[in-house]
Amino acid sequence: MRGGYRARGVRQAGWSRTGLAAVVSFAYFFPVLWIVLTAFKTHNDALATPPKFIFPPTLENFVAVFRRSYIKGFAAVDTGFDLFFFNSIFVSAASVVLALIIGTLAAYGFARFPLRGTDTYLFIILTTRMLPPIVVIIPIFLMLRVTGLSGGYSGVMLLYTAFNLPFAIWMMKSFFDELSADVEDAARVDGSSETRVFLKVSLPQVRAGLAATAVFGLILTWNEFLFALLLTGVSTRTVPVAMAQTIGGDIGGRWGLLAAIETLFLAPVIVVTFLLQHHLLRGVTFGTIKR
Amino acid sequence: MTRTPIRTATVEAAGASTWWTPGWSNWRLALLVAAVVLPASVITFPVNTAFWLSLAAAAVVAVTAVVNAWGRQRGPLLVAPALALLFVTNIFPLMWSFGLSFFHYRANRAAAPVFGGLANYQTILTDPTVWHRLQTTALVVILTVGTQMIVGFLLALLFEKEFPGRRVLLMLVLTPMMLSYVAIGAFFRYYYEPTFGLLSQAVKVFTGRPFILLDTRAGALAGIVIADAWMWSPFVMLLVLSGLVSVPAYLYEAAEVDRASWWRRFRAITFPYIRSLLLLALLFRTIEAFKIFDVVFLLTEGGPGTSTETIGVYVYRVAFQYFRTGQSTALAYVLLFIVVVLTNLYLYFVKQRSAEA
Repeated sequence: MRGGYRARGVRQAGWSRTGLAAVVSFAYFFPVLWIVLTAFKTHNDALATPPKFIFPPTLENFVAVFRRSYIKGFAAVDTGFDLFFFNSIFVSAASVVLALIIGTLAAYGFARFPLRGTDTYLFIILTTRMLPPIVVIIPIFLMLRVTGLSGGYSGVMLLYTAFNLPFAIWMMKSFFDELSADVEDAARVDGSSETRVFLKVSLPQVRAGLAATAVFGLILTWNEFLFALLLTGVSTRTVPVAMAQTIGGDIGGRWGLLAAIETLFLAPVIVVTFLLQHHLLRGVTFGTIKR
Repeated sequence: MTRTPIRTATVEAAGASTWWTPGWSNWRLALLVAAVVLPASVITFPVNTAFWLSLAAAAVVAVTAVVNAWGRQRGPLLVAPALALLFVTNIFPLMWSFGLSFFHYRANRAAAPVFGGLANYQTILTDPTVWHRLQTTALVVILTVGTQMIVGFLLALLFEKEFPGRRVLLMLVLTPMMLSYVAIGAFFRYYYEPTFGLLSQAVKVFTGRPFILLDTRAGALAGIVIADAWMWSPFVMLLVLSGLVSVPAYLYEAAEVDRASWWRRFRAITFPYIRSLLLLALLFRTIEAFKIFDVVFLLTEGGPGTSTETIGVYVYRVAFQYFRTGQSTALAYVLLFIVVVLTNLYLYFVKQRSAEA
């Protein structure tokens, strides 16, 4: 993680610790690794007893996710996952961008122009994020049914924007709080308008924070299950819902295919987590705990 | 309303404008118009049209309020869109469901809600099923949070010191936390599978028989706890680690000079630095584990029978499978109360900790 703390408390341990940590880490990572390995197995290899650790790798599962349909009885059926992946990407990207715009403005407002009762507002905002999703979803389900937004992109996108918003506000506020306001004041003295101060002075300084917040929001939305389960229709279904429905469904027994879908679903998250390591702590605690 | 150019409106606002002068900055008039349009449209038009009309009225109020505040009230203006969105998607639905919790209502029937007073709350609080589900939830929370705290703490001790390859190995451990519940549910279903699953095959080597973990209550609970704790132990590790690395190195050096024992060093130096973080981790994970839904829903579906059905899964069933909507909202409010209390506690300690630092 951040290199700077070496000066504080981190003491040195040698290669022996590396060996121990490597064993533990790989054991811990094993469930993920095994799914990835299974994705490269043929159907027979995936179901082999005892399990095979060494096998000729194949890409047929990945091809089957998008290109070829799988055989059900005598008919060839499409997995439909190309659409579900598109839905997931589209819905998460759109809602995260929206949440980031609204959230950054609000965070800037809270950090620089505190209102009476800012703490109360921030508390209420955080509480909305801590609420059990199941509590919120019942009235929202009814609300979207009344307005006819259920099943379409707009309903779930609206919800996801709101879902990401508290997180975006708290994260961005914690980044704005770390900035010194002196530079902004200097710009103001030089005659910059407030809009210019925000866009040209403050925002560029939190660019890394903005990226981290966006990525965290993307992961949270990408992984979200309950809202998507209840609010998406057949053609707007996201990958988690589709994946849950394959369990016990037609492709439920096709472990290789399922593993390939999971691998494709997890790969971006794993890559991005690696890039995020500096901000991981702040991200998983919604910005309440900083480094 | 008439379309007065904005400039004129501003001049009027600055000068002798009255509350009935139409203009883009006159939010009082807009509010009045909205207050008339809203009930009128609800009465005269079908639900759909009424909704969009009310929305338009609300938009007009919002625009006038923004124009009125432009340039003078920066804070409120920046914060307003976020608060408005959260109001529409959280506060308003919650108020609605609070109202609904006093009615007998089923969302899959055409019948209108019938007022029942506290009947729903009475039904819930006297229902042994609810108490059983709460007990199951408490059991899951204690087991999974306990496991996470222990495993997370041990992992943090492992990664406390700097060693070659630490960053990469740390990432391997931190990955599960970022994965989706669905993927993890699917993983572990695969691992627990009686014929081909790794667990069953591993046990078979010793006993010669396939092993069906999810067949008994204890086994199913263990299955849930393993999956959930595997996912969230890294979270505890991350928090503890950030406390461990904040301990100044000179304290350890001094302890070494004094030949303090490992336990004494831990109790006198390390523990004070990580105590508040441990508490935060415990509370945060308790809140999250209390809401547990996805893992249970995907892994055991509450089974065998209903023996591992947590309160989250139960609310889902009441609301969306049995469609006892009125009752489910009352139940949701009981849940909400518990979570808000826990959240308050969490934020209290967050604040206390930042005050210390």
